[in-house]
Amino acid sequence: MPTAVALDDATVAFRLADNRVYTAVEQASLSVEHGEFVAIVGPTGCGKSTLLNVAAGLLKPASGTVRIFDQPLSGLNRDAGYLFQADALFPWKTALDNVAIGLEIKGAPRAVALDRAQGWLTSVGLGAFAGRYPHMLSGGQRKRVGLAQVLIRDPKILLMDEPFGPLDAQTRQIMGNLLLELWNADRKAVLFVTHDLEEAIALADRVVIMSAGPGARIIGDWRVPLPRPRDISEIRMEKEFHALHREIWSVLKDEVMKGYAQSTLAPGEVA
Amino acid sequence: MMSRPVLLLCRLMVAVVSLALWHFLTTVPVFGRILLPPFFFSNPVDVASQIVDWFVRGTIWKHLLITLWESVLAFTIGSVAGVVVGFWFARQPRVAAVFDPYVKMANALPRVVLAPIFTLWLGLGIWSKVALGVTLVFFIVFFNVYQGVKEVSPTVLANGRMLGMSERQLTRHVYWPSALSWMFSSLHTAVGFAVVGAVVGEYLGSAAGLGYLIQQAEGVFDVAAVFAGMFVLSAFVILIDLLVTFVERRLLVWRPDGAGGHG
Repeated sequence: MPTAVALDDATVAFRLADNRVYTAVEQASLSVEHGEFVAIVGPTGCGKSTLLNVAAGLLKPASGTVRIFDQPLSGLNRDAGYLFQADALFPWKTALDNVAIGLEIKGAPRAVALDRAQGWLTSVGLGAFAGRYPHMLSGGQRKRVGLAQVLIRDPKILLMDEPFGPLDAQTRQIMGNLLLELWNADRKAVLFVTHDLEEAIALADRVVIMSAGPGARIIGDWRVPLPRPRDISEIRMEKEFHALHREIWSVLKDEVMKGYAQSTLAPGEVA
Repeated sequence: MMSRPVLLLCRLMVAVVSLALWHFLTTVPVFGRILLPPFFFSNPVDVASQIVDWFVRGTIWKHLLITLWESVLAFTIGSVAGVVVGFWFARQPRVAAVFDPYVKMANALPRVVLAPIFTLWLGLGIWSKVALGVTLVFFIVFFNVYQGVKEVSPTVLANGRMLGMSERQLTRHVYWPSALSWMFSSLHTAVGFAVVGAVVGEYLGSAAGLGYLIQQAEGVFDVAAVFAGMFVLSAFVILIDLLVTFVERRLLVWRPDGAGGHG
């Protein structure tokens, strides 16, 4: 099986309102193998999401290449499902219709789509909430619907942008376990962006660290040797978890401080 | 907040007191003179008997129907045109940019001045009134639909794209529902303006309708009939508004606040 996502020397730049060019990510090389769960961790505003959007085809890199299953990516990444940080459900559709839409777009008959959607809602634990509209669901429930909406299309690659960011600590752990359970069933390639190092280690096979922006680079790549299946809340007690956390944190800490200093500077200044 | 029965009682009290005061000041002399001359202010009994008379004799139905029909036509035509043009402008920013100053200019014009033109062009029948209503309804709906398409959350849009929606599917599943929800939230205003267009048009020149009824009564200084016409018109608008609220509840169940209001 070819590499699911391969970024090679990808540089992403934006033109600012005053016509200056802001380089968000510089020469990032990153690969996600088939069936591999990779987490990207970095300080706030370092361009983690930018990198994810490049893999999704929502952004085009200024230079460098993006290959998806060995094919150069042009336009949107049709093999990928994307779980957004912000609410992305269609507010005018019920939970059931929100999940079914993924299949309906592909041309599945509505009855089939609804039937499969009900199945997916049940597997994310929301079987009884099919008729609710997004605003009637809690933040955690909306994330579950979002997960079902993405997974029903059976994408080969799952891109996740701090999907559990807005949730409270307990709900995050529950969602993390649900994600691992669903992922375990068919091991898609996952690229998971987070600012939470503990979450990254608990979930992923590999943790990739990015430096503070602008011009963020990938500065570290760790394998997570913890056994699967894992329970997110219990794995945090393991010795190996602590050792790895300490090792990665020693690198990440400096970047977090730099990122923080960066964010307190007046716009235009460069440290 | 007070409980519902108390609230209703208080509301009733306001009506009773106002009517009683009106009746008192127009019929009972205070210090030897009547404070509100009945010639200018009529009195509640005369107004009520005028209304009863209209309904008993059935003359009012024709006028009510005409006004209703004009309002419905103005609302329908104005809404359809507003939706189509609003959608088109929002999806074609260049077209919107070209027409922008003219749209602003047309909207800034007080619509009453158009009434004589419409009467000249379309005659004294219902169509000159419909046209006046359309010019009012159109802009309300147009601006709301335009806004609705423009204000689609970028995340929801990106989600649609990542789920594999084509431009046509995005229009159907994302832009369209968003635009309609904004349109429905302006429904009360739009329906109100449709009635205003119809009544003002009738008032300025017509042969039937509530506006005509009021204008005729005014012409012969029949103040009781003027007030009666106003009461019937208010009741008519409240009934239509209740209907709109009902429709809105059904259509906007997915909205967090049930029924919002823009414009």
